[in-house]
Amino acid sequence: MTEVLDYVSQSGDTVLSYLGEHIIMSIVPIGLALCFAIPLGWWAARRPVLTSVLLSMGGIAYSVPSIALFIVLPLVFGYQIISLTNIIVALTIYSTALLVRNVIDGLESVPDDVRLSATALGYGHLGRLLSVELPVAVPVIAAGLRVVTVTNVSMVSVGALIGKGGLGNLFMEGLRSDYMAPIIVGLVLSVLLALSLDGLLVMGQRWLTPWVRVRAGR
Amino acid sequence: MNDDNIVVGFVEYVGDPASWTGQDGLLWRILEHSVYTVLALAMAALIALPVGLLIGHTNRGSFLALNIANAGRALPTLGVLILVALATSIDIRPVMVALVLLGVPPILASTYAGIRNVDPDAVDAAVGMGMTGREILWRVEVPIALPLIISGLRAATLQIVSTATIAAIVALGGLGRPLLDSIATREYAQAMAAALLVAALAIAFDLVFAALTRVVVSPGVSGRRVARSRG
Repeated sequence: MTEVLDYVSQSGDTVLSYLGEHIIMSIVPIGLALCFAIPLGWWAARRPVLTSVLLSMGGIAYSVPSIALFIVLPLVFGYQIISLTNIIVALTIYSTALLVRNVIDGLESVPDDVRLSATALGYGHLGRLLSVELPVAVPVIAAGLRVVTVTNVSMVSVGALIGKGGLGNLFMEGLRSDYMAPIIVGLVLSVLLALSLDGLLVMGQRWLTPWVRVRAGR
Repeated sequence: MNDDNIVVGFVEYVGDPASWTGQDGLLWRILEHSVYTVLALAMAALIALPVGLLIGHTNRGSFLALNIANAGRALPTLGVLILVALATSIDIRPVMVALVLLGVPPILASTYAGIRNVDPDAVDAAVGMGMTGREILWRVEVPIALPLIISGLRAATLQIVSTATIAAIVALGGLGRPLLDSIATREYAQAMAAALLVAALAIAFDLVFAALTRVVVSPGVSGRRVARSRG
């Protein structure tokens, strides 16, 4: 325990900068993935063939190990291997692959009579998506977002194998110097980060779906 | 390095029989990788299935168990692996600890959900027929929950196969070996081959589970509901 405290007091600044990097590398892919997954899911919802094609592509993308994407993607797209871009692109691919399924499930969970009522009220395709279908789909999409967020926070650290892993760098530091303190600091901060982001998402979901609480309270 | 070179190098590497055979050949790496996966999956299932069945059936302790499992998802596997390796020894044990921790949450969550989602009418009917708690679990709840239980096993397998690559950082084999080595040696053709093989292995395991689902899930559960409701 004292070792851990010593380590934090000595290398606090490094730890903080790793934490900052870690936050950026976990959050940006989630935002990007939402931007890709919502249009893709909208396009595929209620089109069974397209849905199954997208989902199998997602499954295949997800089964490629992250370290492999970190090595292969820079070769394909031509950016630096040790860069924030590299980690962010790879994690965006994973996050999108996971989220598309939830967007499709969420949109398909909107009851037909709700969609028909919206159309009868004069909503166009886009208006109906934004003000009726997406809000109704929030719980299902949010469930996916929570899984993606927790997974991303844990996956960022794998980037340490190529020298860009946020808190994961602390794990490699510990391995190289045979010293547990940085590893423990990295693990604790990583779990705390995952749980706080998860908490934020739960709060966001409550705020976006006030009707769920009203219904539960009745 | 341009795209042309990678593709040419990749084809040459994969086409060379020497890449596949021998002590550090791809075939041996596939075998090592599969052994890690099967061992870790079996241990994760041994822990998560009984606990999931128990908390699903009794609905006791579920809040605690599910929250522990969810927090487990937040643990970075790389950190766990290195920490356990430093605390014990550098062999297969830290890899197993890390991979089992990865596999438990999805299996536990879906086993619990599967059992909880069983139609209460079916359980009531079983009670009415005089079944004991144990009979209800094994002859009613488990058969109905099987599709979800298997989907939890599939999710766990997918994650374990893909994460088993990091076993290589504690000097073990598996398909992570050529991947990690390529960072230092810049033999990216080898890395690409290994990456594709991991994906192929994941798909192969998934197909096994798909086949298993067909064999073990009762036709009454897997979609011939029409026939049942008619009777």
